[in-house]
Amino acid sequence: MLQEQRYPVLRSKVDPTSETFQANREGNLALWAEVEAAQAKANLGGGEKYNARHESRGRILPRKRIEMMLDRDSFFLEIAPLAGHGMKGEVSGTSVVGGIGLVSGVECCLVASEATVKGGAITPTSMLRSGRLAEVCEQNRLVGLSLIESAGADLPNQDKIFVHGGEGFRHLTRRSEHKIPTICLVFGSSTAGGAYLPGMSDYVVMVKEQAQVYLAGPPLVKMATGEETEHEELGGAEMHSTLSGVSDYLAEDELDAIRLGREIVSHLEWKKGATPKPRLVEPPLYDAEELLGIASADVRVPFDQREVITRIVDGSRFSEFKPAYGKTMLCGWAHIHGFPVGILANNGTIFSESANKGAQFIQLCNASNVPLVFLQNTTGFMVGKKYEQEGIIKNGAKLINAVSNSTVPAITIMTGSSYGAGNYGMSGRAYKPRFLFTWPNHKIAVMGGKQLAGVLDIIQRQAAAKKGVEVDEKMLSVAKMMTEKQIDDQSTALYATARVWDDGIIDPRQTRNVLAICLSAAYNAPFEGTTSWGVFRH
Amino acid sequence: MTRTIQKVLVANRGEIARRIMRTCRKMGIATVAVYSEADEGMPFVEEADEAFLLGPAPSSESYLRIDKILDAAKRSRADAIHPGYGFLSENAEFADACAEAGVIFIGPTADAIRAMGSKKEAKALVGDAGVPVIPGYNGADQDPKVLAEKAIEVGFPVLLKASAGGGGKGMKLVREESGLSDAIASAAREGQSSFGDGTLLVEKYIDNPRHVEIQILGDGHGNLIHLNERECSIQRRHQKIIEETPSPALDPELRSRMGEAAVLCGQAIGYQNAGTVEFILAPDRSFYFLEVNTRLQVEHPITECVTGLDLVEEQILVAQGEPLRLTQDEVPFRGAAVEVRLYAEDPAGGFLPQSGPVVDWHLPPAEGLRVDSGVEAGCEVSIYYDPMLAKIITSADNRPVAIQRMRAALRSLSAQGVVTNREFLLQVLDHPEFIAGNFDTHFIDQHMQEALAQGPHEDAERQAAFLATFARQQQRDAARSILPSVPSGWRNNFHTPQWDAFDIDDRAYRVEYRHQGDGVFEATSGEITVQVRVVSWDAPTLTVEVDGHRVRARVTGNESEIYVHNADLDVALKPTDRFPDKSLTVPEGGCIAPMPGKIIELRVAEGDTVEAGQVLLIMEAMKMEHSVTAPQDGTVEQVSVAAGDQVDADALLVVVAE
Repeated sequence: MLQEQRYPVLRSKVDPTSETFQANREGNLALWAEVEAAQAKANLGGGEKYNARHESRGRILPRKRIEMMLDRDSFFLEIAPLAGHGMKGEVSGTSVVGGIGLVSGVECCLVASEATVKGGAITPTSMLRSGRLAEVCEQNRLVGLSLIESAGADLPNQDKIFVHGGEGFRHLTRRSEHKIPTICLVFGSSTAGGAYLPGMSDYVVMVKEQAQVYLAGPPLVKMATGEETEHEELGGAEMHSTLSGVSDYLAEDELDAIRLGREIVSHLEWKKGATPKPRLVEPPLYDAEELLGIASADVRVPFDQREVITRIVDGSRFSEFKPAYGKTMLCGWAHIHGFPVGILANNGTIFSESANKGAQFIQLCNASNVPLVFLQNTTGFMVGKKYEQEGIIKNGAKLINAVSNSTVPAITIMTGSSYGAGNYGMSGRAYKPRFLFTWPNHKIAVMGGKQLAGVLDIIQRQAAAKKGVEVDEKMLSVAKMMTEKQIDDQSTALYATARVWDDGIIDPRQTRNVLAICLSAAYNAPFEGTTSWGVFRH
Repeated sequence: MTRTIQKVLVANRGEIARRIMRTCRKMGIATVAVYSEADEGMPFVEEADEAFLLGPAPSSESYLRIDKILDAAKRSRADAIHPGYGFLSENAEFADACAEAGVIFIGPTADAIRAMGSKKEAKALVGDAGVPVIPGYNGADQDPKVLAEKAIEVGFPVLLKASAGGGGKGMKLVREESGLSDAIASAAREGQSSFGDGTLLVEKYIDNPRHVEIQILGDGHGNLIHLNERECSIQRRHQKIIEETPSPALDPELRSRMGEAAVLCGQAIGYQNAGTVEFILAPDRSFYFLEVNTRLQVEHPITECVTGLDLVEEQILVAQGEPLRLTQDEVPFRGAAVEVRLYAEDPAGGFLPQSGPVVDWHLPPAEGLRVDSGVEAGCEVSIYYDPMLAKIITSADNRPVAIQRMRAALRSLSAQGVVTNREFLLQVLDHPEFIAGNFDTHFIDQHMQEALAQGPHEDAERQAAFLATFARQQQRDAARSILPSVPSGWRNNFHTPQWDAFDIDDRAYRVEYRHQGDGVFEATSGEITVQVRVVSWDAPTLTVEVDGHRVRARVTGNESEIYVHNADLDVALKPTDRFPDKSLTVPEGGCIAPMPGKIIELRVAEGDTVEAGQVLLIMEAMKMEHSVTAPQDGTVEQVSVAAGDQVDADALLVVVAE
């Protein structure tokens, strides 16, 4: 046994009987119930009618294809399950379903066409979701499994898809070049541009009498050359398996295709790129259930991230870094399901010292090759004369520099607010953490609705004063109210997740498991912390 | 003169070989096993100090090869041979050959074996000594009138038998004088046509007979004692399956009369070593000599239980030339003991012998329990020998407790992989007439038909499906290498429950479950939804709480068959394959082999037109013939076998296309 010094236990000070705790719990439960209801609806894909039609054709529902593909009892972390939620022209969840799970004992990224949604046609948000899944494959070196049955591009939206959509095929072959294989199982049509999905994959399985893969279907062929053709001879599974060679395996039926896909994963002899030192996994000492009472349902109320950390790390053990310095940036080391992590958590507004401490901590984690976990709950960097004069900009820049150039995997959890440049300094979406998940109480925007409306109000009054005109108080007040409402509506977790600003909203109680799955996935790619950074302005 | 035996070769296999070697070890005697190719790897071979391969599986090429056995004795310098029961145990030539080779035969003299070998002569011999024999006529005068007179003299009911016969042919039961002459004529006719000999013998027929036998023990010094009775009336297909002592039908007076009669028999032939005198006991307490088994009986352990003797030890001491260690008056007779014979056989299928691997074999020790087992988990029950797996023996101060202990033992026994008569034995033990001690040799035919016809217990099967599901889930969970501490089946967005599915014959059970955290699952099968908390999985023991009821079960098997066992359940389930291999499915109109065996006759060829039910071929398996018939009217499309082929169970034989 290793004689290593164990980290001290982070004692909880939470009073579960307090009013704040109870109010948070109720609030968070209600927020989570809303998410769950939205997910349940999204899980129906195109709705019961289209599901029934799909099944009546003897086909397996796309989500069930994924379930069959997965090892029994495997975990499955769905990525962006509510993409497109509440968006015009989109169906909640979009026409693509995907996530991470075990197939033949290998962590894979599975992507299935949701054929009951617009026949699996790609919409702008489907493209975002599948693009994100492709990125997950690439960043973490995960074997890709595509379960295709798609009508192709959503033609009325072709202008939003066509040009950038081509990237997907490039990514497929780039991943192949990096020895990250993609296995493509074709259950239905995969035509025109879609034909390049199997075309660019490493392995292709086509289901007999179901798969249809061609650049142009019989009507278009007739239009183009006058040739009379039929689907099967033009792009059927048998033709592709026996004549064209576009298909490597001819599956008797869907289950057979899934079996073949699992068999292919087996023979990849997959090895992860990195492995953490094996260690005993102790559960946290405190109940994750209490996270619902700890996280503020109203993000304007601050909460102590130590109470979160002690409920998500192994044995509630946490080795805090610089505890007496820059206290609004809580930093320290812990383990999650055995994986070592360096945690950065906001305990208030980011000051200069906090930013400097965070930057240093990121450097240390890179130096010792430890992945990062960011727990965001920030209103941003501190503003005001004193702070500007202290150089909050250059200090904040150090943090952003460190986050941007760090090469160890980072995972971000939005535990509350994410405003302003705090979003960037704490590894927001644009800083490409490997994964980013959100709690239901989350609020995100350049600033709070009230502040933003107030700022606009001041600017408008200043402009009026400059012009020497009277302000219409009534109009201004209505505008202020509307602005505030608009910003608030656009700041919610559901609004954010619909736009794939995150990888999904999670139940706070499951944070520890989500982090573990993400960390384990990240370990498929070898990583080495960097020692080279952008210029730090001191 | 006594001679201390140094090394015993056991010319037998299975449980009896192990049992004999156990006593040898106790006495400090080295052991030598002989075995056939089919028995390599059986526990009795493993446990012997030395072992010799005799030859191929058939007994005639292995366990009945006197020359090879004696050669093994010579090469191993064994100074004695114990023949066990069956095989060469009652073979006088073998006893002679041993003597010639200078090896002690642990058993009676060759002369005694010879004397008792012929039933007719044995009967005459003991009859002369004053032992009651079944009255009858076995004379040369075959005048029907004489036969009729003799029958009347014997008294009705009488049995007319073709003296050359067997198998019930030419046998007539006559209950009154009116049908006698017709019966004589027809029995003689059947004898003539079946055996080419119409000679008949007349025998008194005993209604409601019991089979009661007396253990005897004699030495080379003229001492002969009996060790009281064994009640062996519970039989199927004329083979004992449950034996007990004392017999519920005997009182001390009858016991001592039968004991004395047995001693008389032994004395009449100068019997040495252990032997058994079998009697028919009539309801009126009259008893008749049946035969002497000049060997150790299968059911000898129950006598050991009530006497405290080790009969194999006594056999060895006598064989060494020592005098008996106790007199008749000193023979203890305490408490009660029961033995059941656990067979690999299918009671519901006419007690058809079964073969195959023993996947699990587990019987925890208990008070008053003795297990003489020939198998362990991993053994193969071969088609070549008697399919008895083990004898289970329980004893106690009295019969009810001994029987109760037997019930408990049978319930706790997990014997998996082959179909056994375990459940059937339990049903016999639970039958009121058995409990009351009111039975005769017709007990199973008369009382057990209903039990044999019982359908499946669907509730038990469903419960077993739940348990099998969670044992398999736990097994997978324990083997997880990636994220072993993340909850089983974790989802951030639940969609479809996990599931497992099983077939039991043609009944399908599907179990869906969803982990709710902390080892608690919601599980649904059919109309039933339960909360299952997995308390522990200490392979192969699963402990779960089902809606608050803690249940423990032993779950064994493999990917193709799962066995769920506890005191209330004993169910074999076939897990269904998630991705069925299409090449393995039987084509429409296909006939498969019902069990492993040999094709002895092929009656059709490709292209033949056949009718549904028509015999296509005949297989021989487990010494019995099985007809494989056409499943439908049609044309023989494919014949995959030829006469003489050895085939595996489920092998495709013939396809009949409509």
